[in-house]
Amino acid sequence: MPDNEAVAPPEEPPPELPLSSARRVLVFLGQNRGITALLAVMLAGVLFTPQPKATAPFAVAMIQKVTGTGEPGGEGPPLFLTGNLHSSVLYEYAEYGILATGMTLVILTGGIDLSVGSVLGMAAMLFCWLHIAKGYPAGAALLGGVGIGAICGYANGWLVSRLGLQPFVATLAMMVAARGVAKVISGGAKISPGAFGWYHIQGGDPAFMAWMTYPTFGGFLRPVTVLFVVTIATVALVVKYTRFGRHLYAIGGNEEAARLSGVPVGASKTLAYVLCGALSGLAGVCNASRMMLGDPEAGSTYELDAIAAVVIGGTSLAGGRGSMVFTVLGTLIIGYINKILSINAVAEAYRLLAKGLIIVIAVVIQGRQKAK
Amino acid sequence: MAGSPLLEMRGIDKWFGGVHAVSDVSFDVRAGEVHALVGENGAGKSTLVRVLSGAVSADAGEIVLGGKTLRLRSPRDAERAGIAMIHQELSLCPNMTVAENTALGSEPTGPLRLLSYKRMNDHAAQLLDQLNLPLDVNRPVETFNIATQQMIEVAKVLARDAKLIVMDEPTSALTEDETDRLFRIIRDLRERGVGLVYITHRMEEIYELADRVTVMRDARWIGTANAADLPPSQLIEWMVGRRIETLFPKRDVTLGEEVLAVRNATLTAPDGTGRLLVDHVSLGVRAGEILGLGGLRGSGNSELLGTVFGQFGSAGSAEITLRGRRVEIRSPAQALANGIALLTNDRKTTGLVLSMSVLHNMTLASLGRMGPPGLISPGREVTEAGPLRDRLAVKAASLDIEVSSLSGGNQQKVALAKWLMTEPDVLLLDEPTRGVDVGAKAEIYQLMNDLAASGKAIMLITSELPELVEMSDRILVFHRGAVTAELRGDDMTQEKVMAAAMSEVAHHA
Repeated sequence: MPDNEAVAPPEEPPPELPLSSARRVLVFLGQNRGITALLAVMLAGVLFTPQPKATAPFAVAMIQKVTGTGEPGGEGPPLFLTGNLHSSVLYEYAEYGILATGMTLVILTGGIDLSVGSVLGMAAMLFCWLHIAKGYPAGAALLGGVGIGAICGYANGWLVSRLGLQPFVATLAMMVAARGVAKVISGGAKISPGAFGWYHIQGGDPAFMAWMTYPTFGGFLRPVTVLFVVTIATVALVVKYTRFGRHLYAIGGNEEAARLSGVPVGASKTLAYVLCGALSGLAGVCNASRMMLGDPEAGSTYELDAIAAVVIGGTSLAGGRGSMVFTVLGTLIIGYINKILSINAVAEAYRLLAKGLIIVIAVVIQGRQKAK
Repeated sequence: MAGSPLLEMRGIDKWFGGVHAVSDVSFDVRAGEVHALVGENGAGKSTLVRVLSGAVSADAGEIVLGGKTLRLRSPRDAERAGIAMIHQELSLCPNMTVAENTALGSEPTGPLRLLSYKRMNDHAAQLLDQLNLPLDVNRPVETFNIATQQMIEVAKVLARDAKLIVMDEPTSALTEDETDRLFRIIRDLRERGVGLVYITHRMEEIYELADRVTVMRDARWIGTANAADLPPSQLIEWMVGRRIETLFPKRDVTLGEEVLAVRNATLTAPDGTGRLLVDHVSLGVRAGEILGLGGLRGSGNSELLGTVFGQFGSAGSAEITLRGRRVEIRSPAQALANGIALLTNDRKTTGLVLSMSVLHNMTLASLGRMGPPGLISPGREVTEAGPLRDRLAVKAASLDIEVSSLSGGNQQKVALAKWLMTEPDVLLLDEPTRGVDVGAKAEIYQLMNDLAASGKAIMLITSELPELVEMSDRILVFHRGAVTAELRGDDMTQEKVMAAAMSEVAHHA
């Protein structure tokens, strides 16, 4: 129970002490723990990635060099300070980022969407079936992938706001069903150029998919990455500067109060699920392009990473609190940690363990912050 | 009646960040007395009792109960020491039965440490018996009304053998009848030597119930006196620190044309019995008029406002005419589009989005004109909300802080501001001053008068009879979903309102 009296603001705020610029930075970091966490991860990245042609982490190599206890072998800055590493993290995690963007919309309303991974797989399959097998232009196939995602999202929204199903249940059903559809499209087989004689595209990588994943921009950014950045920036603006965005917060904070304030609760929720589904479809096209094929199993368990990114960023699963900036931070934190661990050849099993710990730590820290 | 000090709190001090919530307050309760703790919202009384209940720990001071100094680190410590809290928000588990609730945390067990439902039920029945409450202990708590739930809460506290019970505005959700029943129980507890701390905003309750009164203001102790020796004017002065000459400002009424006419309003109960909560009610309000809707809780007055506002969708129906034009209202959005606003009677569950900022709450119902279609201009929001905040004297450090961090009175002003921003022609006000301190009440009354003077039509529901009688130009009294009396002029007395509200009850009794 919130205690109104205890936290009533003072009539006049206590006089602010003059702060040195160093202290000001500390205060800023204390108030923005997401950014602090990302910076910490990046610092860890510098210390714990090796130099080129070496295996020992940079920090270890430096100690060895100073104390003369070993022959580091590498030279130059650690991998973390090279563009390639960032380019590949932003590329590999673009799909998660796009999923997390849509997921944030749904979570802001107090819901959850478990179907994003399956919808991603289904959209990837449909995209490849249209483009590779049937020979439709890439643009049309892309619309098909995004469209089927939006349709799934609409179904989710309808189940939640019209039939009143719990979001967890409605999207769990969709998660199972969409995976089924993904397998139906090709009879369970992967769709890759030339897999069957009758496929329209027989040899070589399809041009669009190759373009999507080639570092076109400055030899550094791939169209997939740009798509992620544009998507999240657009959605961030939508959330902040449209009535729809404000309605999401109101619904997640207090649905009945929102309804009584004239907020179209059902329509807003449905639109959130539609956008989440459409973005899942988009992520599916990115996935197919990255893999150069349509895999009916694509996107399995991605929903959990998307939820993790949202939660690590600090958006509340209870709804009503959070932002897209948080989600960007959460996605990057997960992406960089995974990258650092994999560069150091940490086994998958331990990477999962680490991810679990990070989620718990992030949520505990956020909880503390709110309790203050 | 009054005995030795049961509880002594000495020199309690508590800071929350930069806010001095309780400043060197001493307070004592004797066994077998009701000690009223009063003060405006934000005066520090809730924090003081939270210290007592172990929910927060004091920065300084000591608590002595029955001669023993207590060290309270958690509510459980307080409970073990015999201190019990009854909150405004009930702490029952609605889905569990009465017996399960009263036994919660100290369930009787049998062999193999399995629950013994028989002993649990017997004990619960025995407790309810003490309170003269013949309830089925196997029924889920949620199937009882709020008043009964509150009694169950009392039973739960009794089960823990409390020596000291703190009640925080226990009657705010109760009808007159239910309040009487609770008062009987409180007097009974007093007879048995229990010490009671009673927090209330209602003057008449203080004088009806309390042996002594302690007033807090601005986190400080202001005074303690025997209730019998403390005239109301003095009490109010202690509370607000100034004399309030006229709590209810007078005004000259010039009534205009009829703004809102409602014909045949009906509302079907959601329980499937086909019972009508609002039974073919017709009424009209004119520009500049404050129409009071009297009646006990559940009499249909509150439900009528909701029906007019489209809150209940297809369960409610009414022929509504606004300035001579027939309008169809099936949802709150339609009501808003037609210039009707409803301030609900519970700001926390239906009024405000507590997780949003003051600004975003204020503009929530008016987002349509906060920018180009579909868009919001934050600058526009601030320019629209700023003047309204000043007009209502909302005390908030900034428009951007979460509304949940404001005191109750200021939260209520924000809820009111949200509706005023929609520039409605018709204002439906359901308990506009609930849980609001005396100073803010006077401000809200003044605001209501100003709004009426500016030609708005207002319907007012309040469970505080003096407020209803003084603020209304005309009163319709509801009973069992229908209007049973219309009072005007000198007929508008508290007695006549009560009589009309209970007429049928009296017949049946």
